[in-house]
Amino acid sequence: MVTLNHYLVLSAILFAIGTAGVFVRRNLITILLSIEIMLNAVNLSFVAFGRALGAADGQIIVFFVMTVAAAEAAVGLAIVISLFRHRESLNPDSFTALKW
Amino acid sequence: MGSEATLFYLFGAVAVLASLLVIGQRNPIYSVLLLIASFGALSGLYVLLDAPFAAVIQIIVYAGAIMVLFLFVVMLLNAPHEDTDYDERTHPLLRPGPMRFGAVLALVLIVELVWALTKGSESGAFAGGSTSSVADIGRSLFTTYAFPFEVTSILILVAMVGAVVLARREEQ
Repeated sequence: MVTLNHYLVLSAILFAIGTAGVFVRRNLITILLSIEIMLNAVNLSFVAFGRALGAADGQIIVFFVMTVAAAEAAVGLAIVISLFRHRESLNPDSFTALKW
Repeated sequence: MGSEATLFYLFGAVAVLASLLVIGQRNPIYSVLLLIASFGALSGLYVLLDAPFAAVIQIIVYAGAIMVLFLFVVMLLNAPHEDTDYDERTHPLLRPGPMRFGAVLALVLIVELVWALTKGSESGAFAGGSTSSVADIGRSLFTTYAFPFEVTSILILVAMVGAVVLARREEQ
């Protein structure tokens, strides 16, 4: 019997993997991919809660989250491209001009 | 174990494994392709959750559009490997300072979340009956959520203009 808790635990595991990716990887594109993993983990718990409550609202929030993810990916990748033009590097450690 | 449980564990295992491999890869192209596999497994989970609409837009929008955008940028930049000042083959827990700290933080996060979720006493079994047909979602989206839906269009417009401005080559 698969219950809501199963889906929530799976969502928690995926979210933690995304968090680990942001910390562990030293590549701007992989960091953006890890953020996508986190957004998807949250989407999974929205859909699971929507199913548990018997409402369509969970899926509608997923729709909005996907829109925001698309906008975030477009702007984020544009920033990555312009950063790469400046430094010829994707390593976030090389962008420290604003570091105090 | 019913077929639903079998499918849940199958899709869940694929999603977790693919996500782990995404953050374990050095070549971003493999990361993007593995993330598409992870999204496919998540879409299967959405089908198990009686959410076929979410499953379809997961494949079309995420795997089809967003990941292709990522793939396009990875190929455009042509920078396959991370340039780091340490040996990539060392385990994440053995790497220098912030990275080790981050990996430990993620482990703590996962332990805490799973602990909190398994502490709950109620079983959380799903109610029977499907309630989320595409017609219901559409009706709700264009009545209750009409305003957020319209605001979304402004968001996309802003993102589009922002991406064009940011990625534009500067005139000399």
